[in-house]
Amino acid sequence: MRAFPRLIPLVLLLALTGRAVAQEEVQPEAIEIGLSTDSVAITSDFAGTNLTIFGALDNADPLVSRQGRYDIVVVLEGPPRTEVVRKKTRVLGMWINTESVVFRDVPASYSVALTRQPQDITDPASYDRLALRIENIHLRPLDADGNPRTIEEFTAALRQLKQSADLYVENVGGVQFLSRSLFRATLYLAPHVPVGTHKARAFLFRNGTFLRETSAPLVIRKAGLEQTIFQFAHQQSLLYGLFAVLLAMLTGWLGRIIFRRD
Amino acid sequence: MGIYLPIAEMSVNMVVLLTMGAAVGFLSGMFGVGGGFLITPLLIFYNVPPAIAVATGANQVIASSFSGALAHFKRGTLDVKLGFVLLLGGIAGSTIGIYVFAYLRSLGQLDLIVSLLYVVFLGSVGGLMLVESVRALQRARGGQTGSLRRPGQHNWIHRLPLKMRFRTSKLFVSIIPVLGIGAMIGFLASIMGVGGGFIMVPALIYLLKVPTNVVVGTSLFQIIFVAAFTTVVHSAANQTVDVVLAFLLMVGGVAGAQYGTRVGQKLRGEQLRALLALLVLAVALRLAFDLFVRPASVYSLAGNL
Repeated sequence: MRAFPRLIPLVLLLALTGRAVAQEEVQPEAIEIGLSTDSVAITSDFAGTNLTIFGALDNADPLVSRQGRYDIVVVLEGPPRTEVVRKKTRVLGMWINTESVVFRDVPASYSVALTRQPQDITDPASYDRLALRIENIHLRPLDADGNPRTIEEFTAALRQLKQSADLYVENVGGVQFLSRSLFRATLYLAPHVPVGTHKARAFLFRNGTFLRETSAPLVIRKAGLEQTIFQFAHQQSLLYGLFAVLLAMLTGWLGRIIFRRD
Repeated sequence: MGIYLPIAEMSVNMVVLLTMGAAVGFLSGMFGVGGGFLITPLLIFYNVPPAIAVATGANQVIASSFSGALAHFKRGTLDVKLGFVLLLGGIAGSTIGIYVFAYLRSLGQLDLIVSLLYVVFLGSVGGLMLVESVRALQRARGGQTGSLRRPGQHNWIHRLPLKMRFRTSKLFVSIIPVLGIGAMIGFLASIMGVGGGFIMVPALIYLLKVPTNVVVGTSLFQIIFVAAFTTVVHSAANQTVDVVLAFLLMVGGVAGAQYGTRVGQKLRGEQLRALLALLVLAVALRLAFDLFVRPASVYSLAGNL
């Protein structure tokens, strides 16, 4: 498991800002997030990264703010994919894939950042209602009429596999208030984060009650040479194959000249 | 040092791949095998998706075989004529193999069949070679000649029609078994994603009685073309060839192959065969182990259908 730094005491931070409390007319709180860029490019040295998302909490109640009773959960959800979970069982002494369940619209990745321990933000029922956090992602099998126990078993396995691949991650303390209204979320992107259109969503809670959410799209794509190679391989696949063969022969020939030992 | 692979869509360690390539290249130069049967399982153990490991492995095999074949060609231990006849059979066999591969995949359980093929072929080829070469080594120690070529001793293969003379190999045999061996190896190569050297080498030695020193070069020569064919087909049909990954493996591979060829020259035929047999058996055992031992997780994910 990944270790994340512990949450900086919010109260202290807020005290330092030392703003006067001015009671204005009550407006509902609003939350906004801004991405510094609308796309993240994966280059040849990409080995996973932390993505920072800034956000603003408008019309915050100063009293609630001071008590640190505002909580924010930010999620970066990968593009939906079809996934097949297979299970091996022992047949004639060999471990063979015997059962499989197909899931539709599985988020390819799911990275969550929270202001503090999830149980301190709201109750499990709220998380469930919002389909928020890893254990509440809706995972629907293609064949919904299958054996409920099998489906339950495979759904749990799917979640587990995604977590052990670092694709489903949770960063407690990953959202920090920089001032009373400004916050920053740090989300982990695995080295093999899937490319495509991801969706960043921010959820605002006050005193354990969900207020509202906002979202913004984020495109993760390959850049530079990687992008060129990927497109070449998919659009001119026959030529690409011939190129790969020529490259191999050239490398073999050059290697022979450089490393000749006879 | 990390590098991102554009087709495999993952980040890997460059040094690990270069080392992997060099080690396999060394063995490939030494034994005259393309190394596909080593590189593909190694890549899979390194979490590269199997489809990409198979296709990219074929691509890397071209480089090491080409480099090794050049060395043998220069030394005159490459029978071009025999290689071409084997190749004719090989292309036919691998074309059939590609259709069978697609059919097996549509049935599911392709992984299992590939693993079983590996275990059965590597196990039996390795076992037979080991027994034979140990006997030859014992004979050599006893002062007798260790050579396999005993003039006048012919099997049924040498009674077949359509005979052709292969000067470099000092052979006069029918082209039917030559084409047959080529076709069978091409077929297995496309299903198992290997060049087929580990089957080719013993087949040429034991069935056709080709001298061991010519076998290595000729096998490499034929593998270049079978691997090139496989690479192009996989690339065109599945887009699973990762040139960045293949290039890293190749660079390590060609360097290793040159040293391997040199070491191979110093060893005697029986010793070379005994070592190759041990290597082949080791890979077979490793794969059998995966089949029979409870996996860390009984569940696995297969992405996009």
